[in-house]
Amino acid sequence: MALFEARNVTKQFGSLYALNNVSISVPEQSIFGLLGPNGAGKTTLIRIINQITGPDSGELFLNGRKLMPEDVMSIGYLPEERGLYKKMKVGEQALYFAQLKGLSKAEAMRRLKYWFRKLDMIDWWGKKVEELSKGMQQKVQFVTTILHEPKLLILDEPFSGFDPVNTNVIKNEILFLREKGATVILSTHNMGSVEELCDNIALINKAKTILEGRVDDIRMQWAGDEYEIVFDGDVTINGNGDINVLDRQFENNRSTIRFKAGHERNTNQILTEAVRCGNVISFNPALPSMNDIFIRVVETRN
Amino acid sequence: MNKISTIINREYLTRVSKKSFIIMTILAPILMAALIVVPTILMSSQEMDYKKIAVIEENTDLFRGSLKNTKTLEFVYLDDVNVNDLKKTFEEAGYYGILYISSELVNTPNAIQLISKKQPPIADLQYMENSLEKEIEKQKLMAYNIENLDEIMKNVESNVSIQTQKIDDSGQIKDTSTGIAMALAYIGGFLMYMLVFMFGSQVMRGVIEEKTSRVVEVIVSSVKPVQLMMGKIIGIALVGLTQFLIWILLTVAIVGVVKSTVFKDRKITEIAQTVPQNLMDEDQPATAQQQIEQANPQLSEFSRMFESAMNQPWGLIIFSFIFYFITGYLLYASVFAAIGSAVDNETETQQFMLPVTIPIILALMVAMGTMQNPESSLSFWCSIIPLTSPIVMIARIPFGVPAWQIILSMALMVVTFIAFVWMAAKIYRTGILMYGKKTSWKEMWKWLRYSG
Repeated sequence: MALFEARNVTKQFGSLYALNNVSISVPEQSIFGLLGPNGAGKTTLIRIINQITGPDSGELFLNGRKLMPEDVMSIGYLPEERGLYKKMKVGEQALYFAQLKGLSKAEAMRRLKYWFRKLDMIDWWGKKVEELSKGMQQKVQFVTTILHEPKLLILDEPFSGFDPVNTNVIKNEILFLREKGATVILSTHNMGSVEELCDNIALINKAKTILEGRVDDIRMQWAGDEYEIVFDGDVTINGNGDINVLDRQFENNRSTIRFKAGHERNTNQILTEAVRCGNVISFNPALPSMNDIFIRVVETRN
Repeated sequence: MNKISTIINREYLTRVSKKSFIIMTILAPILMAALIVVPTILMSSQEMDYKKIAVIEENTDLFRGSLKNTKTLEFVYLDDVNVNDLKKTFEEAGYYGILYISSELVNTPNAIQLISKKQPPIADLQYMENSLEKEIEKQKLMAYNIENLDEIMKNVESNVSIQTQKIDDSGQIKDTSTGIAMALAYIGGFLMYMLVFMFGSQVMRGVIEEKTSRVVEVIVSSVKPVQLMMGKIIGIALVGLTQFLIWILLTVAIVGVVKSTVFKDRKITEIAQTVPQNLMDEDQPATAQQQIEQANPQLSEFSRMFESAMNQPWGLIIFSFIFYFITGYLLYASVFAAIGSAVDNETETQQFMLPVTIPIILALMVAMGTMQNPESSLSFWCSIIPLTSPIVMIARIPFGVPAWQIILSMALMVVTFIAFVWMAAKIYRTGILMYGKKTSWKEMWKWLRYSG
């Protein structure tokens, strides 16, 4: 069942379309990637979901019924441009945002203590925001976003500014929140994290949806006849004319080879042939990265 | 509603707990008190500044005795002394200066010179001029050979100070004082100007801070932009009221303490305390007045001032001050909020600030002019037109304003402030989420008409 749905949403600024008949459907308890080049209209869509602005036409549904103003309470939003009051103390500020989301002071305090301990931030409580590094500020903001346990979590570039360790911490928290029942809309340019986290995506370009569906399906769809094989030792694959080596790397006494095979060959035939060449460690259909798909889709459209 | 109060709470508490707020709140009344107290101390210490002046008359002794010694001036009449000799030595002889009167005096009034090393105080000069003028007048009159001239002169001599009375619609006459009305007009008008400007621009800076730090996007995903704007405006208004309340209390306290310690003569304060009680006793105002007048003519002057101050329509003044503060502040603060929302940083505000500051400055200037002429048509129109009326009307009220004018002005004010808040909210809603583009008036007009 879809937790959130947007149907035929259109928004115009003057004569310019920010969104032109865009529809997305976000299944419950999934992570949904909202992708698109800069200026495609992602932020406008996110603002419409947050009811910061309204659409010119189109309908929005949360939990099967129309999106209402009170629903902002069950949405958590981490904007791309992080915003905290610089002169305010971390703890006070987190409390303030929590209260704006409708939590009582005592409840907000209890939850904040839990999250600040969990993410190892408890020492920052009495510090001013301006004394924290950018990454630390992001962590504070992340906590304030999820504190009221929103059913729908909208994260715009949640990993920017984080070191790899903290990126991993936040990734795990996102997966943990999904386990606990949250639905996440993730807007990012980091395609690696899309492959890693997202169940579904929609790709918006020039105010229109140009690609949407399950990540696995999309990658299979774009896979073509490419494979990746890893041999023990310095090995070259030299099949018949219809095996076309695209890339070969030799590292740590292992050869990784990407190749394209002819349409009529099935995987068994290719594997039999490969085994003849050397000691196979792994063999996979080479799925294109989301990065490649993104670039190809957007470039052909332009 | 609950969320607005959360916002008001934050706006209020973060500002009130700032060091700069605490310092300003404590320092300002000390400075104010110093402004009031230091001149009085200086004035009273000046009395110790005793000057001896040598008077030299060339070939006559017409003015001997006509310059009476005062607390600070002593005149010593010297005969047979050459001016030029004395010029070199007068300081060592302990004189402040030499008053030299040439024999041509009666014919040419410029024939008097005061020779001194320092610029003499204006009050001393005036005293000498007055005394000499009177003496010359007397001398000239004497030339007419009028009988009993001395008696006539004594009869004619008078000290004029006009008492003003204001008659209200019911025909009741009240003693008033233009001085008090002027002071009230000045303080009221200026205070209003300060409040509107200071706290209005604080609203603007707050909005810009939220916009540039991008906090606004987080907040408007929880509350409506209008709620955020109103929360900020109300929170800052409360900060302003708090600060002014503390200022007034502290100033009164400091002035009171200093006055009672510096001025050992406490009669004035004692009388001041008894006067209002007597005045409230409607049956015997005259006796109280007489008692005071008998006690001391200077105190009677003071009590008359006091009575006049009590006769001001305080209820109306306080009510209208609060009314115009709330509506005027809301009007301007919402405009300032709209401007803050339309720009990316404070330097960009200038092009929008000018059209907003012009009416405020104009209002202040008209208010100052109002003190000279409260009935001028400029004052009238400016006290009706909503953009200037908060400041100008406050300056006019102590002089008495017909009820219909106040009602008209207030009604227009209410309509206008609602319209301005509504328009500002529309601009604000679009502006706070717009980045990078330089905003123009045309652009803002477009935002006004955006839906949702």
